Amino acid sequence: MTLAGHYTYFVTILLLMVGLFVVIARSNLIKKLVGLGLFQTAVYLLYIAPGKLIGGAAPIVAEGVQVYSNPLPHVLILTAIVVGVATLALGLALVVRIKEAYGSIEEEEILQRDVDDESSANDRA
Amino acid sequence: MGAAAIGIARQRNLFGVVLLGGIYSFLMATLLVVLDAVDVAMTEAAVGAGISTVLLLGAIYLTGSTESGPIHKPWLPLFVVIVTGGMLVYGTLGLPAFSDPQAPIHQHVAPRYLTEAPVKTGVPNVVTAVLASYRGYDTLGETTVVFTAGIGVIALLRRRKPRVRRDDTDRRAGQ
Repeated sequence: MTLAGHYTYFVTILLLMVGLFVVIARSNLIKKLVGLGLFQTAVYLLYIAPGKLIGGAAPIVAEGVQVYSNPLPHVLILTAIVVGVATLALGLALVVRIKEAYGSIEEEEILQRDVDDESSANDRA
Repeated sequence: MGAAAIGIARQRNLFGVVLLGGIYSFLMATLLVVLDAVDVAMTEAAVGAGISTVLLLGAIYLTGSTESGPIHKPWLPLFVVIVTGGMLVYGTLGLPAFSDPQAPIHQHVAPRYLTEAPVKTGVPNVVTAVLASYRGYDTLGETTVVFTAGIGVIALLRRRKPRVRRDDTDRRAGQ
């Protein structure tokens, strides 16, 4: 194992860590979704990078080309990108509904609203 | 690209976050071209930098664009993230090096696709051949997922207010 040989893995892991941190540590729901997107692109890189062969060409068959990069990860990640944007759209729709229902998209304020509602309901009972 | 990612984590103005996200997506698309994944790069530039940015801007328009400051200290999440990263680095130590032709990924089914796909399907682009021909049912399932998500978005956002409805059509056009 050499440092240069594993460089792509380390870049991927750095991006994964940033994405995970944004998802865990930030309380704004839209920011969380952007963090999820970061995490997702890091996963794309994790799949695509091992399929590359230095000196190889893109997997489009042509005369005079002997070495191609691996086409299989490309296929899988094409699917993942499209599904990713579908989840993003659904998540944003949920955020918009939460904003309408709670008047806020900060996680702490939403939880506080829930606690307040519960205690006022208990007072009435 | 790392700088753009860390900028996203630090930036409090959500408008800035979305713009940095677009820059990040284009950098990612460039990197994918370098890694020979031209089809993926095209999709990432169109979907990641285009549609996602539009969707996020629409959502910010509806919900407000400033993020409140952190209430908790970030040390616990940072600790969790660093431990996870350390475990992932430990996991990669056993993986084959970058661009190693002897790696299992290049030995298994990939050579078969590369030699047989153009003959059997008549499509020179192997990615297209695998996506539409060998794995056509996968693509059917994927469109089902997108369809379901579209229905979910419409069900969630179907309101009387015209403002919300505009965002709704935005999304349907996006998919």
